[in-house]
Amino acid sequence: MSGLNAFQLLNGLTFAALLFIVASGFTLIFGLLRIVNLAHGALYLLGGYLGYAAASATGSFLVGVLAAMAGVAVCGLILDRGLLRFVRGYELRQVLLTLGVAFVLNDMTLVIFGGDTYTVPTPDFLKGAVRFWGLFYPKYRLFVLALGVVVFIALWVLLNKTRLGALIRAGVDDPEIIAAMGINIRKVFLLTFMLGAALAGLGGAVGGAFLTLYPSADSEILVFSLAVVIIGGRGSLVGAAVGALIVGMLNTIGQVMFPEFAYFVIFGPMAAILAFRPLGLFGKAA
Amino acid sequence: MDRRTFLKTSVAAATVGVVAKPYIARAQSGPIRVGLLAPLTGVVAAGGREMVDGFNMYFEEHGGELAGRKVEVIVEDDAANPDTALQKARRLVEQANVHMLAGNLLANTGLAVANYVKGNGMPYFIPIIAADDLTQRSRIKNVIRVAGYTASQFSRPLADWALKQGYKKVATVSQDYTFGHEQCGGFAQYFTENGGQVVAQYWHPLNTSDFSPYLGQLANSGADVVFAMETGADATRLMQQYASFGLKGQIPLIGAMNMTDQSVIRTMGDEVEGVIVAAHFSEGSSAPETQGFVSSYQKKFNKLPSLYGFSMYSGAMWIDEALKNIKGNAEDREAFIASVMKTDLAGSPLGQTVKLDSFGNPIYDVHIRKVVKNRDGKYWNRPIDVYNSVSQFWKYDPATYMKQPPYSRDFQGIKKS
Amino acid sequence: MSTSSSAPASSTPARDGLGKVALIAIAVGVLAFAVLPLLVPTYQVSILTEILIFAVLAMAVDILAGYTGRTPLCHGAIFGVATYVVVYWSQQGGAPVTGLLLGVAAATLVGAIFGLLAIRTSGVYFLLLTLALGMIVWGVCLRWTSVTGGENGLRGSVRPEMLAGHMPFYYAVFAVVGLITFIMWRFVRSPFGLTLRGIRDSESRMRALGYNVSLHLFLAFTISGFFAGLAGALYAMFNDFVSPSTVALSQSVEGLLMAITGGIGTLFGAFIGAAAIIGLENFVSQYTERWPTVLGLMFILIMIFAPQGVIGRVRDLVRRR
Repeated sequence: MSGLNAFQLLNGLTFAALLFIVASGFTLIFGLLRIVNLAHGALYLLGGYLGYAAASATGSFLVGVLAAMAGVAVCGLILDRGLLRFVRGYELRQVLLTLGVAFVLNDMTLVIFGGDTYTVPTPDFLKGAVRFWGLFYPKYRLFVLALGVVVFIALWVLLNKTRLGALIRAGVDDPEIIAAMGINIRKVFLLTFMLGAALAGLGGAVGGAFLTLYPSADSEILVFSLAVVIIGGRGSLVGAAVGALIVGMLNTIGQVMFPEFAYFVIFGPMAAILAFRPLGLFGKAA
Repeated sequence: MDRRTFLKTSVAAATVGVVAKPYIARAQSGPIRVGLLAPLTGVVAAGGREMVDGFNMYFEEHGGELAGRKVEVIVEDDAANPDTALQKARRLVEQANVHMLAGNLLANTGLAVANYVKGNGMPYFIPIIAADDLTQRSRIKNVIRVAGYTASQFSRPLADWALKQGYKKVATVSQDYTFGHEQCGGFAQYFTENGGQVVAQYWHPLNTSDFSPYLGQLANSGADVVFAMETGADATRLMQQYASFGLKGQIPLIGAMNMTDQSVIRTMGDEVEGVIVAAHFSEGSSAPETQGFVSSYQKKFNKLPSLYGFSMYSGAMWIDEALKNIKGNAEDREAFIASVMKTDLAGSPLGQTVKLDSFGNPIYDVHIRKVVKNRDGKYWNRPIDVYNSVSQFWKYDPATYMKQPPYSRDFQGIKKS
Repeated sequence: MSTSSSAPASSTPARDGLGKVALIAIAVGVLAFAVLPLLVPTYQVSILTEILIFAVLAMAVDILAGYTGRTPLCHGAIFGVATYVVVYWSQQGGAPVTGLLLGVAAATLVGAIFGLLAIRTSGVYFLLLTLALGMIVWGVCLRWTSVTGGENGLRGSVRPEMLAGHMPFYYAVFAVVGLITFIMWRFVRSPFGLTLRGIRDSESRMRALGYNVSLHLFLAFTISGFFAGLAGALYAMFNDFVSPSTVALSQSVEGLLMAITGGIGTLFGAFIGAAAIIGLENFVSQYTERWPTVLGLMFILIMIFAPQGVIGRVRDLVRRR
């Protein structure tokens, strides 16, 4: 049974790594721009399809991933500059507008890609499984785990060691301060939005290789991301990581031990946290 | 195949294949209006599109006619949502005045529509909806499974075949809803009644993105064969993850036919090779009718036909044959339904003559089929064994059989040894 | 861009008395709903029935969104709980009347529980929390197969024989919805309703005035759940069928969109919203299957150009002249 437990633990971890990649983008946008971007799942799916198309056409997984990130970042640019600018400052109107965008994006991806299930092709060196500690485990999932850690470190460095990061952090804590500092906050906002979107695209391309791409994949990942951000707290990188770990683990435990209440196992704790700690475990009041 | 009506008019064909347009009620002697419900948006949109393609393809090949009368196929999107399906069925019946309904893909949409036509006697044909009870315990006279099948029908011959290969311990993994419970139930009941043992059953929600928790348990279950019941994206993921976790070489994978349907395997690679399922149809069968259909479908749509395409095509043929026997009088519902029940379908892509049992479900020669590469390097299903005349009740007496509860997560008919 | 500065959740308070224009509009509306079924084909009658039922759901949403300033995304789930209970009861062979009562009671209870958890939050967090709570209901309906029938849902026969036809059923629903609407109108104009508006506009002021804000919000949520339950029970009679899509997020989204389209805080706007969304859906789907795109575009356009809803927009235009 110990093998089984380590195995399930790894499953939870690798799923958490993907969730972190997607949810970190979500939480950045939520934290700085105060926008709950309900189109984040649709951006994830779009990224997956773009990644699939580019990787299949060129035969390179890396090209697929980069195309997904770039394509979705551009989408983020259009969404922010083209639509959200009209409803700046109204939290609820922003949320509902992104919901509308999600409907449109999903329907359009269905038109363009059809409803077949696609898998982003992975490079040969990530195919198959490796054996360690008496476990037989897919290489690709270990790669996702490593990628999650890399993204975490990269974002941490960005947020804590660069000027842009300092501005973003300041913006999360108090948007008025940086405006008062005379910095073009719109540019910071836009860059953050594009970065957040690019992370959704990255998640789509990477997730699309082992969770596959299909209509409605968007709402599933969105709901998981929501849970992660709500548990972790708005705008907190560490919160997103902890939230992803909790949700990833709960998902595995729920499916293995309480199949009938798998959703309850994830959303029960989330509702409890929201009700008693509305800002999440690591969230700060604005 | 009747060729007299073919080429009669090319204009008529133009009315076919038009997706939903505003309806004008016509006089009784006008065209035969068929309401086709298919999920064109939502999770199973790809399958829904193929349903429409297969259904329309039949009429296009037959001069846009049903039994000599012009046919008007009115397509409505059920959005894979029972509430929507119900609303669209209402519209087709009450506003578009159709003579019959056909289609639906997901069992829940089919059950919702069946519940509706129970009240008004509208003939409703369900080549895809496999819910056991629709042709068993809660049979509705005007709901007929032309060219369709009952969920548990094919898993019994597969269980017999598995026992013959010497497998003794099975673990099942399945989507947790009625369609899954029924297919697994058929397998589990037969397998255990004939000396096999079910070591574990795993039920997961539809659209499980990550199968790793179940695969971990499967690997340690001690099973010598795995029976999987998956549809759509779940099927893709299960087979992929089964291979990437290294289980493919270790425990043979067999399952329900939806798992290796073309709609699933056409976008997949070697991980599907060698998977064995039982079905009423194999696109790789050498029967000339089958190959004829497969090649013309391939020419038209540039892909191998899936369950959805060929079932709807065969269903349309069945309706056509039945209407020919009553001279196209679709207005007389009683006679129409009686004629459908009496019609034996020959020459269809199924590659065998099929008749209905007295419950409105077809009796098939069931193929045990295996996924192999064809000449073009594409994966398809080729029959490796056949079980003749398999009814939805297998060899049980229908009355006795229907006394046992319907299959569910809690009742799998497993015989305690 | 809109000239109004009001977010959907806090539009200008409705005037207390009804103006002449409003009275005429209501009379026309009532007359239209009373006469239309006699003029249209039977299928359209079922659409009208649906519009009335969903208008009640949208009004229930409006009680929270318009009068307490808290926008919920869980009312589809509360609505669906009533539908589930009613259909389940009928499937088990229970009397329809008891089933309807139980259904509404269950929805009210769920509303109360959600209220207890949700009233501490506001704004986006309220939206997210109610969304999560709705997801739990959906998850339970989907997975608790032995009771809910899982994905396949439940079939019953709730509608009594004498209401089997479209016409009698429509007029029964018409009468019930009329009564419900009147009660809701009295409710939002009652001192309690006025206090809710006070809370919407300034929680701290109401607290300072000695009002128990939490209790008011809790009661408002529960009452809103009660009305959503009424709509759900009617829906059970309408469809004789229920499945997880009845409690899904999209149902909550549509309910909210109807309330917004009609105009948040206008109550009667719900009828316009429900008619617009359901009518448009039926109209559009005759020509294209891209309904989700149309719905999404509507969401986007309304958020940008008419966040105060159709009624509010018209009122603004009239005032500007």
